[in-house]
Amino acid sequence: MDLVALLAIQVLYAVASLALISVGLAIIFGMMRVINLAHGEFLMLGGYAAIVATSHGISIWVAMLVVAPIVVGLIGIIVERAIIRFLYGRMIDTMLATWGLSLFLVGLTTAIFGNTTVGISAPLGSIQIGAYRTSAYTLFVIAIAIAVLGAIFAVMRWTRLGLIARGTMQNADMAAALGVNPPRVYAVTFGVGAALSGLAGAVLAPVSGVFPTIGVAYVAKSFITVIGGGAAILSGTVSASALFGTINQIATFVTTPVFGEVALLAAAIVLIRLLPQGITGRFFRRGL
Amino acid sequence: MNGRSLNILGLVLVSVTGLAFMLLTPQLAELDTVLDLTVYMIMAVLALSLALIWGFGGILCFGQSAFFGLGAYTYAIAMFNIGESTLPFLLAIILPAAFAALLGYFMFYGRISDVYLGVITLTVTLILFNSVNSTAGPEFHIGTARLGGFNGIPGIPPLNWPFNKTAAIDLEGMFYLATGSLLATYFGLRLLLASQFGRIIVGIRENERRAELLGYDPRAYKLATFTIGGALAGFAGCLFANWGNFVSPTIFGLAQSAQIIIWVIVGGRGTLIGPVIGCIGIQWLSAALGANQPSGGSDLWSKIFANAPLILGVILIAFVLLVPKGLVPTLGDIGLSLVRRRRAREQRGFEPQQAE
Amino acid sequence: MAAALLDTRDLSMHFGGVKAVRNVNFTLAEGELRCLIGPNGAGKSTFFKMLTGQLEPTRGQVLFRGQDISRAHAHQIARLGIGIKTQVPSVFDGLSVRDNIWLAASRLNSKERARRLVDEMLERIGLVDAAERLVGQLAHGQRQWVELGLVLSTDPELILLDEPAAGMTHEEVLKTAALVREINRSKALIVVEHDMQFIRMIAKQVTVFNQGSVLVEDTVDNIMRNPQVRDIYLGKQAAA
Ligand SMILES: Nc1ncnc2c1ncn2[C@@H]1O[C@H](COP(=O)(O)OP(=O)(O)O)[C@@H](O)[C@H]1O
Ligand SMILES: [Mg+2]
Repeated sequence: MDLVALLAIQVLYAVASLALISVGLAIIFGMMRVINLAHGEFLMLGGYAAIVATSHGISIWVAMLVVAPIVVGLIGIIVERAIIRFLYGRMIDTMLATWGLSLFLVGLTTAIFGNTTVGISAPLGSIQIGAYRTSAYTLFVIAIAIAVLGAIFAVMRWTRLGLIARGTMQNADMAAALGVNPPRVYAVTFGVGAALSGLAGAVLAPVSGVFPTIGVAYVAKSFITVIGGGAAILSGTVSASALFGTINQIATFVTTPVFGEVALLAAAIVLIRLLPQGITGRFFRRGL
Repeated sequence: MNGRSLNILGLVLVSVTGLAFMLLTPQLAELDTVLDLTVYMIMAVLALSLALIWGFGGILCFGQSAFFGLGAYTYAIAMFNIGESTLPFLLAIILPAAFAALLGYFMFYGRISDVYLGVITLTVTLILFNSVNSTAGPEFHIGTARLGGFNGIPGIPPLNWPFNKTAAIDLEGMFYLATGSLLATYFGLRLLLASQFGRIIVGIRENERRAELLGYDPRAYKLATFTIGGALAGFAGCLFANWGNFVSPTIFGLAQSAQIIIWVIVGGRGTLIGPVIGCIGIQWLSAALGANQPSGGSDLWSKIFANAPLILGVILIAFVLLVPKGLVPTLGDIGLSLVRRRRAREQRGFEPQQAE
Repeated sequence: MAAALLDTRDLSMHFGGVKAVRNVNFTLAEGELRCLIGPNGAGKSTFFKMLTGQLEPTRGQVLFRGQDISRAHAHQIARLGIGIKTQVPSVFDGLSVRDNIWLAASRLNSKERARRLVDEMLERIGLVDAAERLVGQLAHGQRQWVELGLVLSTDPELILLDEPAAGMTHEEVLKTAALVREINRSKALIVVEHDMQFIRMIAKQVTVFNQGSVLVEDTVDNIMRNPQVRDIYLGKQAAA
């Protein structure tokens, strides 16, 4: 029984962390049709932002939940203005340029921070589930994922920004028809997506540590979650994370973490083959 | 000068320089240089494999390193088990080709769009990397060959003359082999592209729907192209395993895939000589940057300039934004417009005379 | 009785809520030339796309010489002998005119023969002088001719032309009409066109589409006198 509860928490954690690392990318892909291959590096930068901030005496909570998203969000806006905006409508060129950006950011952080893993210790202790112990931080990550998804839901559902976002998702010209300034919408969207990635990277930093090439570990997983999910940002991210997270965790449990990951990637390829439009291209079409 | 004679001139130029380079280098250069040049030649074969798939076939493959790595690992593993290189050499081409065919069947017959093609090939590369990387323990072996995980496989025996185990190829022989392979690949692809098959795959790249409406099945042509590209990359991988007598999972890595893409972008899609030039140029640059490192100071700027990923990233971004066609096609365009302008000037020069 | 060349049964195409084509029963005899008219959005292009395998019908069947091709791939249908000139010219923009035609001619012919056929076709569509130019650099009218050359070079039994005279000068329209009549000596054709003058020059029998269905089918003269056709056709044209 306790084992079941533990496994349930671990599955939930896998789903939550997958949703967390993917949601920023999902926003950028869902609203702008931009595939950002530097997404993993945005997560990595979030981790570094949190670490640098804590080393300057800022509380770890503030560093993770405030500093990291702001720093990475600003970087996102700069990137959108400097690179992405010249490439709208050229999906493949955008992928290539952001791949270049990814290499650049890896190189830059290596030059600044060196090629070693920096850690921050998880700020919460452990909790007891029957005979097993698990880290309380696991529950915190789950809570953060729920909070982030809830906040996106609220914004999409009840604010003018959300209305614009939904409009752009369904029809790119609609934003213009609504009388909004699309360049500003795009810059803001990209910034928000980047900020959420920064947040995710910072929140996961105590679990995984931070090093310049950590983005590689994130990028494929978040991609397949987003593409597996399809165009609808929220329901897509949630459904694909649930599917892939569960597969990953169960395969990990049965074999090793590495094969858990391999199972996840293989499942994703099969899913893309079966549902080229993603889960939400087939189901929950009217979702957010 | 019309297009045809320009074409022939290009061919002659490439053959003469290529042959001269192959025959003279070992005579004139130090062995170290010859060794470095060998790996450039091998990588150029790899660049050509993507030049075919992407530049002419229009297939966005972000995982060309998967076939490269598969070729290298196949050669290594087969070599430890067999000991004589004829069969391992063939397997190192056949296995990646078969894998490409399988993957290609899955993608093209599933009508997966360009963007997803990129993501799938990337994902496959990562799966291979993760799997091979985690096989460090002694329990992971194929026959007598241990996979070695992230440590890689050292001490791979070199190629020998077909069916003659005692006649192993030495370092200089490796240079001849690599350069000869590059020239053969280049001219082979020229022939392929001039054939009906080659013209059809370019037609499919230009307008897939129209090709279909003329009765060509794009899926079959793309599959064939992808398979040939996989075989070539595997071949390059086999040569690479020979060159360093060593393979490790990093050759499946994203960094390796990115490199191949950069070579092709920089040199130019839709040309063969472009990616070869791009490959050699970028590798030379990376080597020069790497060589900076020990002597360079420890301040940030010298760290930045000694940092290959950083510079490569900047190059990739700059080319996508500023020179999206790549060097060779862009230079071609500039040349053409210069010729046109001169012709126009000449004509203007003639007109008053005629009027007199 | 000679079997029909083409036969559709209850052919329908729905895009979500939009019923672009509904329950069309259409028959074309061997060697026939038929004109298809109807206001914009009537479903003519969608109908053509189903005939050529570019769209899979929501419902119904397409029979070509009695064979059901409604679920066949576009390239299979092309090999059976249906060629199409699409409404928006679909050509190989990055290739020369000669290479364009060559790609079409080389599927069925040996190298030598294909080369000769290309030269003949260049002559026929009047683009000998532009043979080495990139198709993407040609004027709209010329690209239409290239596409026509592509279609003819695959030697189909049935040729579908979607607004072949659109964007052409009066002179070119006359030339196109002459070419269509000449093609019709050996092939069956379905031609979508708005230009009534053009239709008069080529067709006897006309089918009128409206809102996805066949409104009437009659001779050119009767169609032009039909007040219902005038209303839906000219009315909507004027409005558009
Ligand atoms: N791919 C598509 N998706 C959604 N609606 C379409 C699509 N293609 C055509 N339509 C709609 O189907 C109707 C018929 O279009 P079409 O066949 O192009 O008409 P026509 O060629 O007679 O002008 C139009 O209302 C058009 O908007
Ligand atoms: Mg139409």
